[in-house]
Amino acid sequence: MLIDTFLYNFGQYILLLKSAIAKPERFSMYYKETVRQMDAIGVGSVFIVLLISVFIGMVTAVQFADQLGDSFIPSYYIGYIVRDITIIEMAPTITCLVLAGKVGSNLAAEIGGMRQKEHIDAMEIMGVNTAAYLIMPKVIAAVLVIPLLVAISAFVSIIGGYLATVLPGSISHTEYVLGLRSFFVPRYVFIMFVKAGVFAFLLTSVSCYFGYYVKGGSIELGEASTSAVVVSNVLILLFDFIIALLLT
Amino acid sequence: MIRTENLHKSFGDNHVLKGVSAEFHAGKPNLIIGSSGAGKTVLLKLLIGLFRPSEGAVFYGDTNLFSLDDKDIRSIRMKVGMLFQGNALFDSMTVGENIRFPMDMFTRLSLKDKNRRVDECLEMVNMEGINDRYPSEVSGGMQKRVGIARAMVLEPKYLFCDEPNSGLDPQTSILIDELICDLTNRNNITTVINTHDMNSVMGIGDNILLLKNGKVAWTGDKSQVLESDNKVLEDFIFASPFLRRLREDALKQRQGG
Repeated sequence: MLIDTFLYNFGQYILLLKSAIAKPERFSMYYKETVRQMDAIGVGSVFIVLLISVFIGMVTAVQFADQLGDSFIPSYYIGYIVRDITIIEMAPTITCLVLAGKVGSNLAAEIGGMRQKEHIDAMEIMGVNTAAYLIMPKVIAAVLVIPLLVAISAFVSIIGGYLATVLPGSISHTEYVLGLRSFFVPRYVFIMFVKAGVFAFLLTSVSCYFGYYVKGGSIELGEASTSAVVVSNVLILLFDFIIALLLT
Repeated sequence: MIRTENLHKSFGDNHVLKGVSAEFHAGKPNLIIGSSGAGKTVLLKLLIGLFRPSEGAVFYGDTNLFSLDDKDIRSIRMKVGMLFQGNALFDSMTVGENIRFPMDMFTRLSLKDKNRRVDECLEMVNMEGINDRYPSEVSGGMQKRVGIARAMVLEPKYLFCDEPNSGLDPQTSILIDELICDLTNRNNITTVINTHDMNSVMGIGDNILLLKNGKVAWTGDKSQVLESDNKVLEDFIFASPFLRRLREDALKQRQGG
Protein backbone atom coordinates (compact mmCIF):
# COMPACT_ATOMS: atom_id res chain seq x y z
CA MET A 1 0.00 0.00 0.00
CA LEU A 2 2.76 2.43 1.00
CA ILE A 3 4.78 1.42 -2.07
CA ASP A 4 1.71 1.86 -4.30
CA THR A 5 1.16 5.36 -2.93
CA PHE A 6 4.83 6.22 -3.34
CA LEU A 7 4.96 4.95 -6.93
CA TYR A 8 1.69 6.72 -7.84
CA ASN A 9 2.89 10.04 -6.41
CA PHE A 10 6.35 9.69 -7.88
CA GLY A 11 4.92 8.95 -11.34
CA GLN A 12 2.52 11.86 -11.13
CA TYR A 13 5.32 14.16 -9.92
CA ILE A 14 7.52 13.19 -12.90
CA LEU A 15 4.62 13.74 -15.33
CA LEU A 16 3.93 17.15 -13.79
CA LEU A 17 7.58 18.13 -14.19
CA LYS A 18 7.47 16.92 -17.80
CA SER A 19 4.43 19.17 -18.46
CA ALA A 20 6.12 22.06 -16.67
CA ILE A 21 9.14 21.96 -18.97
CA ALA A 22 7.56 23.56 -22.02
CA LYS A 23 8.00 26.55 -24.25
CA PRO A 24 6.31 29.56 -22.58
CA GLU A 25 3.19 30.90 -24.30
CA ARG A 26 4.49 34.44 -23.72
CA PHE A 27 8.05 34.81 -22.48
CA SER A 28 7.42 38.22 -20.88
CA MET A 29 4.66 36.80 -18.64
CA TYR A 30 6.93 34.01 -17.41
CA TYR A 31 9.76 36.49 -16.87
CA LYS A 32 7.51 38.79 -14.83
CA GLU A 33 6.28 35.87 -12.74
CA THR A 34 9.85 34.64 -12.18
CA VAL A 35 10.96 38.07 -10.97
CA ARG A 36 7.92 38.27 -8.68
CA GLN A 37 8.79 34.87 -7.21
CA MET A 38 12.46 35.83 -6.80
CA ASP A 39 11.29 38.76 -4.73
CA ALA A 40 8.84 36.66 -2.70
CA ILE A 41 11.21 33.73 -2.10
CA GLY A 42 14.47 35.67 -1.90
CA VAL A 43 13.84 39.07 -0.38
CA GLY A 44 10.94 37.69 1.65
CA SER A 45 13.22 35.14 3.32
CA VAL A 46 16.30 37.26 4.03
CA PHE A 47 15.35 38.13 7.60
CA ILE A 48 14.61 34.57 8.74
CA VAL A 49 17.79 33.32 7.03
CA LEU A 50 19.89 35.99 8.79
CA LEU A 51 18.32 35.12 12.10
CA ILE A 52 18.86 31.36 11.94
CA SER A 53 22.34 31.78 10.46
CA VAL A 54 23.62 33.89 13.35
CA PHE A 55 22.43 31.26 15.80
CA ILE A 56 23.85 28.36 13.75
CA GLY A 57 27.27 30.03 13.80
CA MET A 58 27.05 30.93 17.48
CA VAL A 59 25.99 27.46 18.60
CA THR A 60 28.58 25.70 16.44
CA ALA A 61 31.38 27.93 17.72
CA VAL A 62 30.40 27.71 21.38
CA GLN A 63 30.05 23.91 21.33
CA PHE A 64 33.35 23.34 19.56
CA ALA A 65 35.07 25.84 21.81
CA ASP A 66 33.83 23.81 24.77
CA GLN A 67 34.95 20.48 23.27
CA LEU A 68 38.37 21.78 22.29
CA GLY A 69 38.85 23.57 25.59
CA ASP A 70 40.98 20.99 27.42
CA SER A 71 42.60 19.36 24.40
CA PHE A 72 45.91 19.93 22.67
CA ILE A 73 44.16 21.12 19.50
CA PRO A 74 44.97 24.77 18.89
CA SER A 75 42.05 27.08 19.61
CA TYR A 76 42.25 28.76 16.20
CA TYR A 77 40.71 25.49 14.91
CA ILE A 78 37.37 26.88 16.11
CA GLY A 79 37.32 29.35 13.23
CA TYR A 80 38.33 26.62 10.80
CA ILE A 81 35.66 24.20 12.06
CA VAL A 82 32.92 26.84 12.08
CA ARG A 83 33.82 27.85 8.52
CA ASP A 84 33.86 24.34 7.07
CA ILE A 85 30.88 22.95 8.94
CA THR A 86 28.87 26.02 7.98
CA ILE A 87 29.82 25.91 4.31
CA ILE A 88 29.49 22.17 3.79
CA GLU A 89 26.49 21.37 5.94
CA MET A 90 24.80 23.93 8.13
CA ALA A 91 24.19 26.78 5.68
CA PRO A 92 22.70 24.76 2.80
CA THR A 93 20.85 22.15 4.85
CA ILE A 94 19.45 24.12 7.75
CA THR A 95 18.59 27.10 5.55
CA CYS A 96 16.74 24.88 3.08
CA LEU A 97 14.95 22.96 5.84
CA VAL A 98 13.71 26.28 7.19
CA LEU A 99 12.81 27.50 3.70
CA ALA A 100 10.90 24.26 3.06
CA GLY A 101 8.73 25.29 6.00
CA LYS A 102 8.38 28.93 5.01
CA VAL A 103 8.42 28.90 1.20
CA GLY A 104 7.25 25.31 0.63
CA SER A 105 4.09 25.58 2.69
CA ASN A 106 3.37 28.95 1.11
CA LEU A 107 3.70 27.60 -2.45
CA ALA A 108 1.55 24.54 -1.71
CA ALA A 109 -1.16 26.74 -0.15
CA GLU A 110 -1.01 29.31 -2.98
CA ILE A 111 -1.32 26.74 -5.80
CA GLY A 112 -3.77 24.60 -3.81
CA GLY A 113 -5.95 27.65 -3.20
CA MET A 114 -5.91 28.40 -6.93
CA ARG A 115 -6.97 24.82 -7.64
CA GLN A 116 -9.85 25.04 -5.17
CA LYS A 117 -11.08 28.40 -6.46
CA GLU A 118 -11.00 27.03 -10.03
CA HIS A 119 -8.30 29.53 -11.04
CA ILE A 120 -6.24 26.70 -12.50
CA ASP A 121 -9.23 25.40 -14.47
CA ALA A 122 -9.88 28.94 -15.72
CA MET A 123 -6.29 29.23 -16.97
CA GLU A 124 -6.44 25.76 -18.55
CA ILE A 125 -9.57 26.76 -20.45
CA MET A 126 -7.85 29.92 -21.68
CA GLY A 127 -5.23 27.59 -23.17
CA VAL A 128 -2.50 28.26 -20.60
CA ASN A 129 -0.13 25.40 -19.75
CA THR A 130 -0.76 25.75 -16.02
CA ALA A 131 1.93 23.28 -14.99
CA ALA A 132 4.48 25.42 -16.81
CA TYR A 133 3.13 28.84 -15.87
CA LEU A 134 2.55 28.08 -12.19
CA ILE A 135 5.54 25.85 -11.48
CA MET A 136 8.44 26.73 -13.80
CA PRO A 137 8.86 30.39 -12.67
CA LYS A 138 8.79 29.31 -9.01
CA VAL A 139 11.40 26.60 -9.53
CA ILE A 140 13.67 28.87 -11.61
CA ALA A 141 13.32 31.70 -9.08
CA ALA A 142 14.16 29.37 -6.19
CA VAL A 143 17.13 27.76 -7.93
CA LEU A 144 18.54 31.24 -8.65
CA VAL A 145 17.81 32.87 -5.32
CA ILE A 146 18.18 30.15 -2.68
CA PRO A 147 21.92 29.56 -3.40
CA LEU A 148 22.41 33.29 -2.79
CA LEU A 149 20.53 33.02 0.50
CA VAL A 150 22.69 30.04 1.44
CA ALA A 151 25.86 32.01 0.65
CA ILE A 152 24.58 34.85 2.85
CA SER A 153 23.75 32.29 5.51
CA ALA A 154 27.30 30.86 5.46
CA PHE A 155 28.80 34.33 5.76
CA VAL A 156 26.50 35.36 8.59
CA SER A 157 27.06 32.08 10.45
CA ILE A 158 30.79 32.70 10.43
CA ILE A 159 30.14 36.16 11.87
CA GLY A 160 27.85 34.52 14.45
CA GLY A 161 30.71 32.20 15.44
CA TYR A 162 32.98 35.20 15.81
CA LEU A 163 30.49 37.03 18.01
CA ALA A 164 29.98 34.01 20.26
CA THR A 165 33.65 33.23 20.82
CA VAL A 166 35.71 36.39 20.31
CA LEU A 167 33.46 38.86 22.12
CA PRO A 168 33.28 36.82 25.39
CA GLY A 169 37.05 36.26 25.12
CA SER A 170 37.06 32.48 24.52
CA ILE A 171 39.57 33.04 21.72
CA SER A 172 41.17 36.13 20.22
CA HIS A 173 40.25 37.91 17.03
CA THR A 174 43.58 36.85 15.49
CA GLU A 175 43.01 33.18 16.34
CA TYR A 176 39.52 33.13 14.89
CA VAL A 177 40.63 34.83 11.67
CA LEU A 178 43.64 32.53 11.42
CA GLY A 179 41.26 29.56 11.70
CA LEU A 180 39.05 30.99 8.99
CA ARG A 181 42.04 31.36 6.67
CA SER A 182 43.51 27.90 7.36
CA PHE A 183 43.12 24.74 5.24
CA PHE A 184 40.58 26.31 2.90
CA VAL A 185 39.26 23.89 0.25
CA PRO A 186 37.44 25.82 -2.53
CA ARG A 187 35.58 22.65 -3.57
CA TYR A 188 33.53 22.90 -0.36
CA VAL A 189 31.99 26.12 -1.67
CA PHE A 190 31.12 24.27 -4.87
CA ILE A 191 29.46 21.51 -2.78
CA MET A 192 27.52 24.18 -0.88
CA PHE A 193 26.12 25.63 -4.11
CA VAL A 194 25.31 22.17 -5.52
CA LYS A 195 23.41 21.33 -2.35
CA ALA A 196 21.61 24.67 -2.35
CA GLY A 197 20.54 24.29 -6.00
CA VAL A 198 19.34 20.71 -5.57
CA PHE A 199 17.48 21.48 -2.33
CA ALA A 200 15.89 24.57 -3.89
CA PHE A 201 14.61 22.50 -6.80
CA LEU A 202 13.29 19.79 -4.48
CA LEU A 203 11.52 22.06 -2.02
CA THR A 204 9.77 24.14 -4.70
CA SER A 205 8.84 21.35 -7.12
CA VAL A 206 7.59 19.03 -4.38
CA SER A 207 5.57 21.81 -2.73
CA CYS A 208 4.07 22.86 -6.06
CA TYR A 209 3.18 19.22 -6.75
CA PHE A 210 1.25 18.88 -3.50
CA GLY A 211 -0.57 22.15 -4.13
CA TYR A 212 -1.33 21.41 -7.79
CA TYR A 213 -3.10 18.13 -7.09
CA VAL A 214 -4.96 19.14 -3.93
CA LYS A 215 -8.55 17.91 -3.76
CA GLY A 216 -11.34 18.74 -1.34
CA GLY A 217 -11.56 21.70 1.02
CA SER A 218 -9.60 23.62 3.59
CA ILE A 219 -8.65 20.53 5.64
CA GLU A 220 -7.13 18.87 2.54
CA LEU A 221 -5.34 22.13 1.70
CA GLY A 222 -3.80 22.15 5.18
CA GLU A 223 -2.80 18.49 4.78
CA ALA A 224 -1.25 19.21 1.38
CA SER A 225 0.73 22.06 2.89
CA THR A 226 1.96 19.84 5.72
CA SER A 227 2.84 17.01 3.31
CA ALA A 228 4.76 19.47 1.16
CA VAL A 229 6.92 20.48 4.11
CA VAL A 230 7.42 16.98 5.49
CA VAL A 231 8.28 15.37 2.13
CA SER A 232 10.54 18.29 1.15
CA ASN A 233 12.43 17.98 4.43
CA VAL A 234 12.89 14.23 4.10
CA LEU A 235 14.07 14.60 0.50
CA ILE A 236 16.48 17.41 1.46
CA LEU A 237 18.08 15.16 4.08
CA LEU A 238 18.15 12.19 1.70
CA PHE A 239 19.80 14.21 -1.05
CA ASP A 240 22.15 15.78 1.48
CA PHE A 241 23.45 12.28 2.12
CA ILE A 242 23.59 11.38 -1.61
CA ILE A 243 25.50 14.57 -2.48
CA ALA A 244 27.85 13.99 0.44
CA LEU A 245 28.53 10.47 -0.86
CA LEU A 246 29.09 11.64 -4.41
CA LEU A 247 31.11 14.81 -3.84
CA THR A 248 33.24 14.17 -0.77
CA MET B 1 -21.34 23.24 -33.41
CA ILE B 2 -20.32 20.85 -30.62
CA ARG B 3 -21.50 17.25 -30.69
CA THR B 4 -21.12 14.43 -28.18
CA GLU B 5 -21.34 10.76 -29.05
CA ASN B 6 -22.16 8.12 -26.47
CA LEU B 7 -20.29 9.86 -23.65
CA HIS B 8 -19.60 7.78 -20.57
CA LYS B 9 -17.75 8.90 -17.49
CA SER B 10 -17.03 6.94 -14.34
CA PHE B 11 -15.20 7.87 -11.17
CA GLY B 12 -14.23 4.53 -9.67
CA ASP B 13 -17.49 2.61 -9.23
CA ASN B 14 -19.58 5.73 -9.69
CA HIS B 15 -20.92 5.73 -13.27
CA VAL B 16 -21.89 9.41 -13.66
CA LEU B 17 -22.62 9.70 -17.40
CA LYS B 18 -24.19 6.79 -19.21
CA GLY B 19 -24.05 7.33 -22.94
CA VAL B 20 -24.89 11.00 -23.55
CA SER B 21 -25.28 11.94 -27.22
CA ALA B 22 -26.24 15.55 -27.92
CA GLU B 23 -25.75 18.50 -30.23
CA PHE B 24 -25.06 22.10 -29.19
CA HIS B 25 -25.73 24.62 -31.93
CA ALA B 26 -24.13 27.96 -32.79
CA GLY B 27 -25.95 31.27 -32.39
CA LYS B 28 -28.35 30.25 -29.65
CA PRO B 29 -28.05 29.30 -25.98
CA ASN B 30 -27.91 25.55 -25.33
CA LEU B 31 -29.02 24.65 -21.82
CA ILE B 32 -28.05 21.57 -19.85
CA ILE B 33 -30.52 21.14 -17.02
CA GLY B 34 -31.14 18.51 -14.38
CA SER B 35 -31.25 18.01 -10.66
CA SER B 36 -28.11 17.98 -8.52
CA GLY B 37 -26.01 14.90 -9.21
CA ALA B 38 -27.53 14.37 -12.66
CA GLY B 39 -24.11 14.82 -14.30
CA LYS B 40 -24.40 18.40 -15.65
CA THR B 41 -21.04 19.67 -14.43
CA VAL B 42 -19.29 16.45 -15.45
CA LEU B 43 -20.76 16.80 -18.96
CA LEU B 44 -19.65 20.44 -19.12
CA LYS B 45 -16.11 19.54 -18.00
CA LEU B 46 -16.01 16.76 -20.60
CA LEU B 47 -17.10 19.23 -23.29
CA ILE B 48 -14.18 21.50 -22.38
CA GLY B 49 -11.73 18.63 -21.99
CA LEU B 50 -11.06 19.16 -18.29
CA PHE B 51 -12.10 15.50 -17.84
CA ARG B 52 -11.42 12.65 -20.25
CA PRO B 53 -14.39 10.36 -20.99
CA SER B 54 -14.37 6.69 -20.06
CA GLU B 55 -15.94 6.09 -23.45
CA GLY B 56 -17.33 8.20 -26.30
CA ALA B 57 -16.25 11.37 -28.07
CA VAL B 58 -16.71 15.16 -28.14
CA PHE B 59 -16.56 16.80 -31.57
CA TYR B 60 -15.78 20.47 -32.21
CA GLY B 61 -16.96 20.65 -35.80
CA ASP B 62 -15.38 17.50 -37.22
CA THR B 63 -12.50 17.32 -34.74
CA ASN B 64 -12.65 14.81 -31.92
CA LEU B 65 -11.30 16.73 -28.92
CA PHE B 66 -9.88 13.61 -27.29
CA SER B 67 -7.96 12.46 -30.34
CA LEU B 68 -5.78 15.58 -30.00
CA ASP B 69 -2.59 15.93 -27.98
CA ASP B 70 -2.32 18.47 -25.15
CA LYS B 71 -0.90 21.19 -27.42
CA ASP B 72 -3.77 20.91 -29.94
CA ILE B 73 -6.34 20.79 -27.13
CA ARG B 74 -4.85 24.06 -25.87
CA SER B 75 -5.21 25.61 -29.32
CA ILE B 76 -8.92 24.69 -29.33
CA ARG B 77 -9.29 26.06 -25.82
CA MET B 78 -8.04 29.42 -27.03
CA LYS B 79 -11.33 29.63 -28.93
CA VAL B 80 -13.24 28.88 -25.73
CA GLY B 81 -14.51 31.27 -23.06
CA MET B 82 -15.85 30.05 -19.75
CA LEU B 83 -17.86 31.59 -16.96
CA PHE B 84 -17.38 29.62 -13.76
CA GLN B 85 -19.95 29.11 -11.05
CA GLY B 86 -17.65 30.84 -8.56
CA ASN B 87 -16.40 33.27 -11.26
CA ALA B 88 -12.75 32.13 -10.82
CA LEU B 89 -11.52 35.71 -11.01
CA PHE B 90 -7.87 36.01 -9.90
CA ASP B 91 -8.23 37.83 -6.60
CA SER B 92 -4.70 39.27 -6.58
CA MET B 93 -5.41 41.09 -9.86
CA THR B 94 -7.67 44.05 -10.52
CA VAL B 95 -10.75 43.68 -12.71
CA GLY B 96 -8.84 45.21 -15.62
CA GLU B 97 -5.86 42.89 -15.13
CA ASN B 98 -8.19 39.89 -14.94
CA ILE B 99 -9.76 40.72 -18.29
CA ARG B 100 -6.37 41.58 -19.81
CA PHE B 101 -4.74 38.32 -18.65
CA PRO B 102 -5.68 36.18 -21.72
CA MET B 103 -4.42 38.97 -23.99
CA ASP B 104 -1.18 39.26 -22.03
CA MET B 105 -0.72 35.54 -22.46
CA PHE B 106 -1.67 35.04 -26.07
CA THR B 107 -1.50 38.29 -28.03
CA ARG B 108 1.21 40.70 -29.07
CA LEU B 109 -1.03 43.77 -28.75
CA SER B 110 0.38 46.91 -27.20
CA LEU B 111 -0.68 47.78 -23.66
CA LYS B 112 -2.75 50.64 -25.04
CA ASP B 113 -4.65 48.31 -27.41
CA LYS B 114 -5.14 45.73 -24.67
CA ASN B 115 -6.54 48.35 -22.32
CA ARG B 116 -8.84 49.60 -25.07
CA ARG B 117 -10.14 46.04 -25.53
CA VAL B 118 -10.62 45.72 -21.76
CA ASP B 119 -12.73 48.89 -21.83
CA GLU B 120 -14.77 47.51 -24.77
CA CYS B 121 -15.44 44.26 -22.91
CA LEU B 122 -16.45 46.08 -19.74
CA GLU B 123 -18.75 48.29 -21.79
CA MET B 124 -20.24 45.19 -23.42
CA VAL B 125 -21.31 43.94 -19.97
CA ASN B 126 -22.30 47.45 -18.75
CA MET B 127 -19.50 47.64 -16.21
CA GLU B 128 -17.50 50.64 -17.40
CA GLY B 129 -15.03 52.29 -15.03
CA ILE B 130 -14.32 49.46 -12.61
CA ASN B 131 -10.94 48.51 -14.11
CA ASP B 132 -8.95 49.36 -11.02
CA ARG B 133 -11.17 47.64 -8.49
CA TYR B 134 -10.39 44.18 -7.13
CA PRO B 135 -12.90 41.34 -7.50
CA SER B 136 -13.51 41.38 -3.75
CA GLU B 137 -14.59 45.04 -4.03
CA VAL B 138 -17.50 44.38 -6.40
CA SER B 139 -20.81 42.54 -5.90
CA GLY B 140 -21.57 38.95 -6.97
CA GLY B 141 -23.57 40.10 -9.99
CA MET B 142 -20.77 42.45 -11.05
CA GLN B 143 -18.26 39.61 -10.67
CA LYS B 144 -20.40 37.49 -13.02
CA ARG B 145 -20.33 40.29 -15.59
CA VAL B 146 -16.56 40.65 -15.21
CA GLY B 147 -16.31 36.87 -15.66
CA ILE B 148 -18.30 37.16 -18.88
CA ALA B 149 -16.12 40.06 -20.03
CA ARG B 150 -12.99 37.97 -19.42
CA ALA B 151 -14.53 35.01 -21.23
CA MET B 152 -15.33 37.22 -24.24
CA VAL B 153 -12.05 39.13 -24.45
CA LEU B 154 -10.42 36.91 -27.09
CA GLU B 155 -13.68 36.74 -29.10
CA PRO B 156 -14.33 33.04 -28.49
CA LYS B 157 -16.27 30.74 -30.82
CA TYR B 158 -17.52 28.70 -27.86
CA LEU B 159 -18.82 29.97 -24.53
CA PHE B 160 -19.46 27.72 -21.52
CA CYS B 161 -21.33 28.95 -18.46
CA ASP B 162 -21.50 26.87 -15.29
CA GLU B 163 -24.50 27.93 -13.21
CA PRO B 164 -24.33 31.60 -14.26
CA ASN B 165 -27.29 32.50 -12.03
CA SER B 166 -26.21 30.81 -8.83
CA GLY B 167 -26.23 33.14 -5.86
CA LEU B 168 -27.91 35.97 -7.76
CA ASP B 169 -31.27 37.63 -7.16
CA PRO B 170 -33.97 36.97 -9.83
CA GLN B 171 -33.59 40.39 -11.48
CA THR B 172 -29.81 40.13 -11.80
CA SER B 173 -30.23 36.53 -13.02
CA ILE B 174 -32.46 37.70 -15.84
CA LEU B 175 -29.98 40.45 -16.77
CA ILE B 176 -27.13 37.93 -16.90
CA ASP B 177 -29.25 35.56 -19.02
CA GLU B 178 -30.14 38.36 -21.43
CA LEU B 179 -26.51 39.41 -21.64
CA ILE B 180 -25.33 35.87 -22.45
CA CYS B 181 -28.16 35.44 -24.97
CA ASP B 182 -27.37 38.76 -26.64
CA LEU B 183 -23.64 38.01 -26.90
CA THR B 184 -24.41 34.56 -28.29
CA ASN B 185 -26.72 35.87 -30.98
CA ARG B 186 -24.60 38.87 -31.89
CA ASN B 187 -21.33 36.92 -32.20
CA ASN B 188 -22.84 33.62 -33.45
CA ILE B 189 -21.17 31.72 -30.59
CA THR B 190 -21.92 28.16 -29.56
CA THR B 191 -22.98 28.73 -25.97
CA VAL B 192 -23.54 25.91 -23.49
CA ILE B 193 -25.13 26.84 -20.18
CA ASN B 194 -25.36 24.51 -17.24
CA THR B 195 -28.25 25.60 -15.04
CA HIS B 196 -31.14 24.61 -12.85
CA ASP B 197 -32.71 28.05 -12.90
CA MET B 198 -36.29 27.81 -14.19
CA ASN B 199 -36.32 31.44 -15.33
CA SER B 200 -33.37 30.66 -17.61
CA VAL B 201 -35.10 27.57 -19.00
CA MET B 202 -38.26 29.47 -19.88
CA GLY B 203 -36.41 32.67 -20.88
CA ILE B 204 -33.49 31.62 -23.06
CA GLY B 205 -33.92 27.85 -23.51
CA ASP B 206 -33.61 27.57 -27.29
CA ASN B 207 -32.07 24.11 -27.06
CA ILE B 208 -32.58 22.25 -23.81
CA LEU B 209 -30.99 18.99 -22.72
CA LEU B 210 -32.44 17.43 -19.57
CA LEU B 211 -30.20 14.97 -17.76
CA LYS B 212 -31.36 12.44 -15.22
CA ASN B 213 -29.05 9.90 -13.61
CA GLY B 214 -26.41 10.49 -16.27
CA LYS B 215 -28.73 9.93 -19.24
CA VAL B 216 -30.54 12.29 -21.59
CA ALA B 217 -34.14 12.32 -20.37
CA TRP B 218 -35.53 14.96 -22.73
CA THR B 219 -34.46 17.43 -25.42
CA GLY B 220 -36.43 20.31 -26.87
CA ASP B 221 -36.85 24.07 -26.59
CA LYS B 222 -38.70 26.40 -24.20
CA SER B 223 -41.84 26.44 -26.36
CA GLN B 224 -42.18 22.66 -25.92
CA VAL B 225 -41.70 22.65 -22.16
CA LEU B 226 -45.27 23.59 -21.21
CA GLU B 227 -46.96 20.98 -23.35
CA SER B 228 -44.50 18.14 -22.97
CA ASP B 229 -45.87 15.06 -21.27
CA ASN B 230 -42.41 13.85 -20.34
CA LYS B 231 -42.70 12.84 -16.69
CA VAL B 232 -39.05 13.57 -15.83
CA LEU B 233 -39.29 17.07 -17.32
CA GLU B 234 -42.58 17.72 -15.56
CA ASP B 235 -41.22 16.59 -12.20
CA PHE B 236 -38.10 18.69 -12.61
CA ILE B 237 -39.47 21.94 -14.04
CA PHE B 238 -42.80 22.05 -12.26
CA ALA B 239 -41.62 20.68 -8.95
CA SER B 240 -43.36 23.32 -6.82
CA PRO B 241 -47.17 23.47 -6.46
CA PHE B 242 -47.05 27.14 -7.47
CA LEU B 243 -45.37 26.40 -10.80
CA ARG B 244 -47.68 23.43 -11.35
CA ARG B 245 -50.73 25.71 -10.94
CA LEU B 246 -49.19 28.28 -13.30
CA ARG B 247 -48.67 25.58 -15.90
CA GLU B 248 -52.23 24.32 -15.58
CA ASP B 249 -53.55 27.88 -15.94
CA ALA B 250 -51.37 28.47 -19.00
CA LEU B 251 -52.51 25.25 -20.64
CA LYS B 252 -56.18 26.07 -19.90
CA GLN B 253 -55.74 29.52 -21.45
CA ARG B 254 -54.20 28.00 -24.57
CA GLN B 255 -56.98 25.44 -24.91
CA GLY B 256 -59.57 28.16 -24.30
CA GLY B 257 -57.85 30.53 -26.81
